[in-house]
Amino acid sequence: MPSKPIPSQTPSQTIGPFFAQGLTAAQSDYPFDSIIDNTISGPGQVVHIQGRVFDGEGKAADDAMIEIWQADCNGQYDQENFCGYARCGTGYRDDLHFSFKTIKPGNCGVDQAPYITVIVFMRGLMTHAFTRLYFDDEAEANARDFIFQQLPEDRKTSLIAMGIEGEEGLTYVFDIHMQGADETLFFDI
Amino acid sequence: MTSRDWSQHPPYICPDYKSSVLRGPTRPLLNLASLYQQQPGSAGELLGKLTDVYQTRSIDCDLTKNGPPGGEPIGERIIVGGRVMDDRGRAVAGALVEIWQANASGRYLHRADQHHAPLDPNFIGAGRAITDRDGYYRFYTIKPGSYPWANHVNAWRPQHIHFSVLGATLATRLVTQMYFPGDPLLDLDPIFQAVPAAARINLIAQFDLGLSQADFALGYHFDIVLGGPRETLADTPG
Repeated sequence: MPSKPIPSQTPSQTIGPFFAQGLTAAQSDYPFDSIIDNTISGPGQVVHIQGRVFDGEGKAADDAMIEIWQADCNGQYDQENFCGYARCGTGYRDDLHFSFKTIKPGNCGVDQAPYITVIVFMRGLMTHAFTRLYFDDEAEANARDFIFQQLPEDRKTSLIAMGIEGEEGLTYVFDIHMQGADETLFFDI
Repeated sequence: MTSRDWSQHPPYICPDYKSSVLRGPTRPLLNLASLYQQQPGSAGELLGKLTDVYQTRSIDCDLTKNGPPGGEPIGERIIVGGRVMDDRGRAVAGALVEIWQANASGRYLHRADQHHAPLDPNFIGAGRAITDRDGYYRFYTIKPGSYPWANHVNAWRPQHIHFSVLGATLATRLVTQMYFPGDPLLDLDPIFQAVPAAARINLIAQFDLGLSQADFALGYHFDIVLGGPRETLADTPG
């Protein structure tokens, strides 16, 4: 019996400049609700994540969308009553920041530091790009993290978010550079 | 081997699509799955389940009715449906499929769209659906118009509907665009042409009389094949 042909993956296409009316509608005041917003809730320490997405000329994008994916405060994915997925556009604020309110993830094992997976989509980006956010106040855990250890030394700093005490509480700043000397390290997964 | 089959996807930098030149990463991607080889069982990030997380309402998949109450959008009503599957042809149930698009005149509701064509007060141009247990989704909508864009002189986008799919795991994430058969603009569109030639056909919906509803709407069939699941990581004890 002939085996079934293996179907080819559907090609990726850019998210384009107009996704907000569908994917982040509530943030940008379009008359549609948002099924995924920029908040992750659960037990643990509440933290904020914010940053901008810069192009090769250092210009901040007003039409990027960032999604994040993370474990709960015990380092677990797939927990009932916990959904570690969120998204935010960059064009909904005048300062072109994306921003999330979430809880700090726990580490997923003794050899892993806490981290958040970050996915970048935007006009001009043909397919989304995966990166990771590590926390600057976890230097010891980062040094122990078996993924972090394997990263090229000169790219490691591009994945470290800087914690600052802001008006809203503890905020980690994570800017993403698509190109240039500070180009963020992106992953294939 | 990663979950994305790069023979099917466009490269990050495509000079004919001008926005890509300053926005695509220029350095090689680091293969995260291979970094996990040291401790495969710890890859919760890649194994965590993203299907069956979200729920939608039945009105969410009808873009001809999910606008302000009291009126219907102008344009050719169509049905767009198909099956979401993994790259072994197995149905992906419980996937979140989101779409957004221009109206029949080729104008998005989005404030940044300044194309001189009318907005339709009865059309938002956004919808969502969850795939059923056999992986199928279905939308009612209006056939979107073509519209000009600033990439080059006399540049026009072919008619298209944007799709976002959240499949079983992180690695299956896909954002794409669905095109219509026979559109003369496909040959001229740098975004569509950025896809490797043999893979382009997978972005074009097929006219489907069987999916059409008599006296109501024409049907277009669009199957979506996501990247492969990371079973090797799951099967290996950590």
